[in-house]
Amino acid sequence: MPAVLSEPVSSDFPTTVNTSTDGRPDFISIQNFSFFYGAKQALFDISMDIPERQVTAFIGPSGCGKSTLLRNLNRMNELIDGIRHTGDIVIHGHSIYDPLIEVISLRKRVGMVFQKSNPFPKSIYENVVYPLRVAGQKTKTILDETVERSLKGAALWDEVKDRLHESALSLSGGQMQRLCIARAIANRPEILLMDEPCSALDPVATVKVEELIQELKSQFTIVIVTHNMQQATRCSDKTAFFYLGRLVEFADTQKIFANPSNKQTEDYITGRFG
Amino acid sequence: MNVPEKRKYDFTKAPAAKGEPFVWLTAMGLALGLLMVVGLLGVIVSNGIPVFWPKQVLEIKLKPGVQNPVPEGGDMIVGELVQKRTKRIPVLNEQGQRNNDQTEIQVFLGNKDTYNINFAFANQADITSISEAKNIYRLERLEYGIAFGYPTAIRLSDGTLIEVNAASFGSTLARLCEEAASRRAQIEKIEKTEIGRINSRLNDLRVSQKGDSTPSPEAAKLDAEYQKLAAQAAKLRAEQGAIALIYKTPTGVERTLSLGDLVSYSKPNQLTLLDKVRLFSHNIWSFLTENPREANTEGGIFPAIFGTFAMTLLMSLAVVPFGVVAAIYLREYAKQGLFVHCVRIAVNNLAGVPSIVFGVFGLGFFVYFVGGSIDQLFFGKYLPTPTFGTGGVFWAALTLALMTVPVVIVATEEAMAAVPRGIREGSLSCGASKWQTIQRIVLPASLPGILTGLVLAMARGAGEVAPLMLVGVVKLAPSLPLDGDFPFAHLERKFMHLGFHIYDLGFQSPDSEAAKPMVFATALLLILLVITLNLAAILTREKLRKKYAGGAF
Repeated sequence: MPAVLSEPVSSDFPTTVNTSTDGRPDFISIQNFSFFYGAKQALFDISMDIPERQVTAFIGPSGCGKSTLLRNLNRMNELIDGIRHTGDIVIHGHSIYDPLIEVISLRKRVGMVFQKSNPFPKSIYENVVYPLRVAGQKTKTILDETVERSLKGAALWDEVKDRLHESALSLSGGQMQRLCIARAIANRPEILLMDEPCSALDPVATVKVEELIQELKSQFTIVIVTHNMQQATRCSDKTAFFYLGRLVEFADTQKIFANPSNKQTEDYITGRFG
Repeated sequence: MNVPEKRKYDFTKAPAAKGEPFVWLTAMGLALGLLMVVGLLGVIVSNGIPVFWPKQVLEIKLKPGVQNPVPEGGDMIVGELVQKRTKRIPVLNEQGQRNNDQTEIQVFLGNKDTYNINFAFANQADITSISEAKNIYRLERLEYGIAFGYPTAIRLSDGTLIEVNAASFGSTLARLCEEAASRRAQIEKIEKTEIGRINSRLNDLRVSQKGDSTPSPEAAKLDAEYQKLAAQAAKLRAEQGAIALIYKTPTGVERTLSLGDLVSYSKPNQLTLLDKVRLFSHNIWSFLTENPREANTEGGIFPAIFGTFAMTLLMSLAVVPFGVVAAIYLREYAKQGLFVHCVRIAVNNLAGVPSIVFGVFGLGFFVYFVGGSIDQLFFGKYLPTPTFGTGGVFWAALTLALMTVPVVIVATEEAMAAVPRGIREGSLSCGASKWQTIQRIVLPASLPGILTGLVLAMARGAGEVAPLMLVGVVKLAPSLPLDGDFPFAHLERKFMHLGFHIYDLGFQSPDSEAAKPMVFATALLLILLVITLNLAAILTREKLRKKYAGGAF
């Protein structure tokens, strides 16, 4: 058989589940990554390793490219016309840009929570099982199990367990965001991307989501974009500071906030600009 | 230090007051629009409803020497008052001056078979007195429309007469009339349904043994069956003609009406209010459920209601999938550029093409080309008689679907564009493919918008007449597009349509003056039908909106 035919035309993104308790330090490896919206360059030659089962925070002033980088981790930016990139992003040894891999299978491995909560106009139950439904799962026991596990995981179960079949749009803002988190973790991804998940929430709801992030990090590798310095110190293990599309500094959160090695970082976290 | 004085809020100097002229302007625009709508509806309702209300029959006595328009009428005009109006062309007296009283009255005479005219006009000035015609009967006949007259006797089949003074006259007439109605229904059933079925089977047989003139045993059997049914019908018909009502017209002419031709009768001047209400609702019911008679000027309009309804429904079934699929491609898959931009402009322009052009296209493409090809392929044995190669309800529905598809495309595209980007991204980030996202998230959320498009399309399609005249509407359709014969839905059949019915009654009937009430009643019904269809779509939309509340709409 010719070699071309024996090769699969497209395949799923390989599973990256790690059974050992130690996290891999270079779980997500961003290698010389540059990104362009048409002629405008948004990211300049970024290289960094994001460790497994830890929370990594992206901070920086608006327009610095942190969201762009985050949205590249599950190739969400590809919805926009006229984009291109150079360099590579490798998750546990597999390039996410491998032409043989379907982008859908990548997104199943990488869950995402958005800045503005975006529940579907469906019931709470259907919102949570949506990732399973689109993957073709029909067994009711598995779906029921997933709903309970995900909603408990997102600390929402006790509040909604009696009204699972009511519209998700009847929830409060904080509940909606936690529902979106439940949805993002329903299909057991390995990575959870959060794009300013608390920016539209009140302080009480914010605390709840932050506590949730701490609980989730034992199972997921979490990358969070935030504008809130306190939030970054409270819930992240590592912090990356971006400025004008460049990665300025990337280190343990404690080090960045206590003793930044770069002047720009220090200026930003102390509030002198940005 | 200056402490600012506490001031009362002056509403007349409020900033909002500066926009006031525009408030008035916009309110005036709306008021004008509402006034026109209400005025139109008012004209139609006020002319359409009284058609069914029983009217009094009057005796109008003219001054001696005045020429009576009713032949042999003496000095009396008997009939229903239609209207009082000022003469269009003023009448002058000998001195060349206008008479003081220029009003004239229009009277509906009935008895067209005797008078040869339906209406008479009389000058108000020429009338000495107006009174009710006592004991007059209003006879609704199968032919020649209404008759007004004084019955003298019923002639039974054995020749015995029951005089009008006899105590049993009223009850006998009622009983015989009922019997005649049931026989009429029987005859119709035999001739239309049963003989029709045999005829179509005979026709099939004849076609299948083309050139072979020896009658097959099956044909002989069918022929025998036909003879039997025909004899049955002939016997019933003879019974219908055997009993007759003898009456005198107000001018004194004696006439005989076989009871088979009498649809209903009433004594319009002896009705209580309850009787009138009963007659009113009976008239409306028969208008809605009966077949038309007398070149559509009498009887009901059921086939037209059914045809309009069926055609609009078929059109909706065709236009929604077609429009939605096109909109999905345009919005979601097509690369937005000059070409797609041009396509959009073309689609929008399509909505402005005169509807008759769509009719011509439908005739050329659907009827002659597609229908002709279907006939060649599947109905070759019937040729040269066309089956699908002639106008029919299916082609009419497709033609109107083509005409209204831009409305659905535009509405769907707008609805899809209004679905928030956030929930699309949410779906994609869950590992859904683009099609799954469209199917499970975008389309359900745009359904209310799509239904809005459908409402507009239906409203336009149901009221359209011009293109239909080319692709399948007829003055009188022998059978409905839906009946008990296999395959039940006959989409190739020609059909009747309320809009065309209005045109036909108003402008094509032999006596458009007599048809005028029917025109208004039909127009009212068409409006009601459109409202009903729209209401159904709107209610569905509201239900969906509630379901997807907080979504895009």
